Amino acid sequence: MDNIYRYFFNLDVMRQSLPFLLNGLWLTIGIALMVIACGLTLGLGLAVVRAFQIRILNIFIIAFADIFRAIPALVILMLVYFALPSVGITFSSITSVVITLSLVLAAFSLEIFWAGITAVNPGQWEAARSTGLTFTQTLRHVVLGQAIRMVIPPLTNRTIAITKYTAIASAVSVPEILNQASTQQAQLANPTPLTLAAILYILMFLPLVFLSRYLEHHYGKGR
Amino acid sequence: MDQIISSYFNLSVLRQALPYLQNGLILTLWLSISIVPLAMIAGLVIAMLFDLRQKWLNALLVVYIDLFRAFPPLVLIIFIFFGLPFLGIRFSEFVSFVLAATLNGAAYFGEIFRAGIASIPRGQYEAAVASGLTPLQAMIHVVLPQAIRNVLAPLTGNIIELVKATSLASVVAMPELLRSARIAQGNTYNATPLIAAAVIYLILLWPAVRLASRLERRAIARR
Repeated sequence: MDNIYRYFFNLDVMRQSLPFLLNGLWLTIGIALMVIACGLTLGLGLAVVRAFQIRILNIFIIAFADIFRAIPALVILMLVYFALPSVGITFSSITSVVITLSLVLAAFSLEIFWAGITAVNPGQWEAARSTGLTFTQTLRHVVLGQAIRMVIPPLTNRTIAITKYTAIASAVSVPEILNQASTQQAQLANPTPLTLAAILYILMFLPLVFLSRYLEHHYGKGR
Repeated sequence: MDQIISSYFNLSVLRQALPYLQNGLILTLWLSISIVPLAMIAGLVIAMLFDLRQKWLNALLVVYIDLFRAFPPLVLIIFIFFGLPFLGIRFSEFVSFVLAATLNGAAYFGEIFRAGIASIPRGQYEAAVASGLTPLQAMIHVVLPQAIRNVLAPLTGNIIELVKATSLASVVAMPELLRSARIAQGNTYNATPLIAAAVIYLILLWPAVRLASRLERRAIARR
C-alpha cells in the first residue's frame, strides 16, 4: 500500500511534473481540435462528392476510405514522418500527426456520412426533385440534414476513438501529455506522472464518453 | 518517378527486409489471435453480468467500461510496461501487451454486447425461462444469437481496431510488423520496408474493412 502511494500517487512528484503535463495537455487539445475540424470536414466533403456518382472520382474515394481504415494510424504516421522525406516532402512532427489522424478520421467519417446519405428514403429524393429542386439543392436542403442526424451516434464514437489516438504523437516525440509523462517518469524515476497523465486523459475524454452515451440513447430510440 | 521507385518500391531492399517482415507478421498475428478472443470473452462476460441487473455491480461495470473507453490504449500500455514494475509486478512483454489490449478491448466489446442484449425484448428471455431453460441456457441459446446479429457492425469494427492496435506494441520495442519494418528501414536507409508493412496490413484487413462498411450501412438503414 505504501508503495502504491509512493510510486503512483506521490504528491511531491505530482507537484514537480504537473506544469510539464499541463503543457502537454494544451498541445493534445490543440492537436485533437485540429484533427476533428480537418477530418470531419474532409470526410463530409468526400461523402458529398461521392453522392454525385462520378465513376472515376468514386473509385479514388472508395480506395482512400478503405486504405486509411485498414492501415493502423501509427503505421501511417511512420510513413508520413519517416518515408515522405525520401522524396523531399518533410513535415514537422506535429503536422505529421495532424495530417495522419485527419486522414484516418476523414476515411471513417466519410464511410459513416455516406451510409447516412444512402439510408435516406429514396422517396425523399424523388419528392424533392419533383418539386423542382436540383440534385445539389436536394442533397443540401433535404438529404444531408437527415443523413447527419442518423449518423450522429456512430460518428461521435468514432471521433472519440480517433481523437484518443493523439497519444501516438509521443512516438515521434511530440511533447504532448503522454510524451511529457514518460519524460518526467524517467527523470524523476517515479511513475506518478503516468498516473497524472491517466487522470488528465480521463478528465478530457470521460465527458465525451458520457456525451456519446447520451447521444446514443437520444438518437437510438427508433431502432 | 525513378526516385519514388528506388525509395519506396525497391526490390533489392525488399528482399533484404523480407525475413524481418516475416517475423514481424508472425508476432502481429500471434498478438491478434491472443487479444481478440480474450477481449471478446471478457466483454461477453461483462455484458452477461450487466444483465443480472444488480445495481452495484452494474454501476461498477459502467465505471469500468467508461474509464477504459476514455483511456488511450497506448497510455495503458506504457502504464503497464513502465509503471507496474515499480511495484515489483513484472510480466513478459507479450503478456503485458496482451493484458493492456484485453483490458481496453473488453470495455468496448462489453459495451457492444450490452447494447445487443438490451436490443432483445425481455419477453424472449422470460419465455425461454418459462419453457424450462435455465437462465444461462436462455441467454446462450435464445438471447445471445439474436443480440450478436444486431451488433455485427460494431463488433467487426472493433475486431479490426484491436488487430490494428497491435502496431502500438512497436512503441514498447516489441518486434511486431511495424517495429520490424522500422528496423529494416534503419538497416537499409530506405523506406521500402515501411511501405511493405503498410501493404501487408492492407491485405490482412481489407476484407474485414469491406465487410464492416457493408454491415454498418445495413445497420444505419435499419434505424
